[in-house]
Amino acid sequence: MSALAADDIGLVRALARFGIRLLWHPSLSEESGAEALAILENAAAGRVRVDALCVEGAVLTGPNGTGRFQMLSGTGKPLSHWIAAIAAHARAVVAVGSCAAYGGVPTATGNPTDAVGLGYAGGDCGGLLGADFRSVTGLPVINVAGCAPHPGWIVETLADLSLGDFDSARLDHFGRPRAFADHLAHHGCGRNEFYEFKASAAKASDRGCLMENLGCKATQAPGDCNIRRWNGYGSCTDGGFTCINCTSPGFQDPGAPFQETAKLAGIPVGLPLDMPKAWFVALAALSKSATPARVRTNAHADHVVVPPARKPPKTP
Amino acid sequence: MTAAATNRLIVGPFNRVEGDLEVTLDIADGVVRDARVTAPMYRGFERILAGRAPEDALAIAPRICGICSVSQSVAAARALAQVAEVEVPENGVLAADLVLATENAADHLTHFILFFMPDFARPAYAGRWWFDAARRRFAASHGEAPSILVPARARFLHVMGILAGKWPHSLALQPGGTTKSIDPGERVRLLSILAEFRETLEHVVFADTLENVAVIGTVAALDAWAESRPFDHGDFRLFLHIARDLGLDRLGRGPNAFLSHGSFGLWPAGAMVDGTPLAFDPAQVAEDISHAWMETASIPDADKQDAYSWCKAPRLGNRVVEVGALARQVIAADPLARDLVAASGGTVRDRVVMRLVELARLVPAMENWVRALKPGAPFCVESPLPLRGTGIGLTEAARGALGHWLEVESGIIRSYQIVAPTTWNFSPRDAAGVPGPLEQALAGTPITPGETTPLAVQHVVRSFDPCMACTVH
Repeated sequence: MSALAADDIGLVRALARFGIRLLWHPSLSEESGAEALAILENAAAGRVRVDALCVEGAVLTGPNGTGRFQMLSGTGKPLSHWIAAIAAHARAVVAVGSCAAYGGVPTATGNPTDAVGLGYAGGDCGGLLGADFRSVTGLPVINVAGCAPHPGWIVETLADLSLGDFDSARLDHFGRPRAFADHLAHHGCGRNEFYEFKASAAKASDRGCLMENLGCKATQAPGDCNIRRWNGYGSCTDGGFTCINCTSPGFQDPGAPFQETAKLAGIPVGLPLDMPKAWFVALAALSKSATPARVRTNAHADHVVVPPARKPPKTP
Repeated sequence: MTAAATNRLIVGPFNRVEGDLEVTLDIADGVVRDARVTAPMYRGFERILAGRAPEDALAIAPRICGICSVSQSVAAARALAQVAEVEVPENGVLAADLVLATENAADHLTHFILFFMPDFARPAYAGRWWFDAARRRFAASHGEAPSILVPARARFLHVMGILAGKWPHSLALQPGGTTKSIDPGERVRLLSILAEFRETLEHVVFADTLENVAVIGTVAALDAWAESRPFDHGDFRLFLHIARDLGLDRLGRGPNAFLSHGSFGLWPAGAMVDGTPLAFDPAQVAEDISHAWMETASIPDADKQDAYSWCKAPRLGNRVVEVGALARQVIAADPLARDLVAASGGTVRDRVVMRLVELARLVPAMENWVRALKPGAPFCVESPLPLRGTGIGLTEAARGALGHWLEVESGIIRSYQIVAPTTWNFSPRDAAGVPGPLEQALAGTPITPGETTPLAVQHVVRSFDPCMACTVH
């Protein structure tokens, strides 16, 4: 449903600009029941060309490997059967969202449904289609990760595929398109001044940096979330809450509550990915001691209490 | 889909419903005698929540569903707020109401233009006098209505960008309020977004002011409104004419029993059975699992005898009840809703009418809430949780009553039970053998000879605006 708002004109029209037509979509197509099954059967038998098989949601393989937790209605067969059959003929296979990519939230806390992603089970290659899976055009599963992924990531990935020169060099080590995964959610965060001075939020709705206390993982999370806007204006950190690194495998079990920063001896465990810890601690201490009173005060308020300094008018 | 035996039809998958659904129909003399509704998926969210920090429900619960995400957040935040015993400041209440109303209104519109109306553009209706208009306006994917209203919906969802960071799956809704304070500039932007959305609704959907639609108070007034302009002036009017021609006011009669958790302080909570209002007591909600593939409320058993769905059967003091926009307005003693069900008990037409009338009422209410926001005043208070406690979070998703039942012990979630709107509406039979609301509504539905995916059945199913993803959380 998030993708429906793509580019503010809607998924269908955004894709049509690139000559992409939806063969079948469970929410948007007219075909239902027998007509829908005929399309799926043709795709599974290779009788119709499928340029991209897009799958949303984890594949539930339980109980006991039967797939009965997730049957495709009207067919008596598990959905996993249909995905594997169509994937064998598809020119590209796209996992839309972290569930389809890595298993995601359904795999949390003991994975009660034996959920897997298409090409990964958590952070390990494999999943439903196996580590060696390559589509007809030689591509591994393309993981448009995120929970939910930005509509723009979905549209741009499919559009890029339609241009014909897509290769696996455009994917990162977890199969994510580098077009968005080469950025961190931290890039362009509106709280950057608070981050620089380590002026940290202490409670929900504070304007300060969310990393030290409230669990924010934006400095480790792939995604251009704060460069490109969500729903016209927003992002998680702009919305006042923490980034939970939803584009990464395993995000659903962070090892601490989502909105708390795991610390060891008072120092956050999850520091920026590629920064030596000692330097981070030293710089943090230095910047904290240099924090302007304005930044420190505003960090603990939900609106700007002290505006940027302006010289008071001279009194005669 | 197969036509097994002589008169049994298994229908699925259902397009244009959220998630997966299968319906087994026993047909005799051209009508459905008996229906069984199967949710073919089990997801285990209640087990995923148990054992975690209580606040993690704010991140996990919305991810049950990409369409009712905010509704799930609101229910989780309210359950936690009850455990924490906090009072949300006025701005926080207004902001949360705005976020929830945005989701409800967007869902109502999405259901109408993308899920429900495209069925009338199908070739089977080619001979009807209104068909050309229906085809032009609502053909799936390329009709005129979606080409205007899908972009309008996308721009309307900019409310989420400002108030909730993003949609779906925001953590802005907290037990103590909302995390995003609104400055005067943002308040103006919110009003601009609402003004644009109102303009599109008034121009395209209603061909009338929202206020004129909101005050329609009787079936006779609704009919007169439909007749007051040419039949295709506004998509709502087109629907009313189609509904009359196809007898949708007699199709899909529900149990004539309704439940609403109440919403926005506009519409109160309550229940009504066969025209008699009842007070709503959450303690009367029980989930029957006699025909669900469940061993206990949360533990599955795929081989259970007599079971045919992963959906449990919630009952209100043993009664089958229908939930949704129609139920909300019936319980709120809305004159139009009461007049509609007095004649029919709740049908395909009634459900769609009240969804659109509710849409016409939500947007003006939202305009008032934005104006009432006070920049500079608090949006959120701290909400530390005790180590143990219980909380019930009740709200209304677009498609009806949603409840979260939370039990905290030793600082972690001991039990988390979710009763979702479509769990009510699409429930299987209970221990007494009483069919769920959709199963009752399907009985008597006409089947044209040779139909493998009967159109009338699809109208009935979609009239409930089901969300199967939430149903089988």
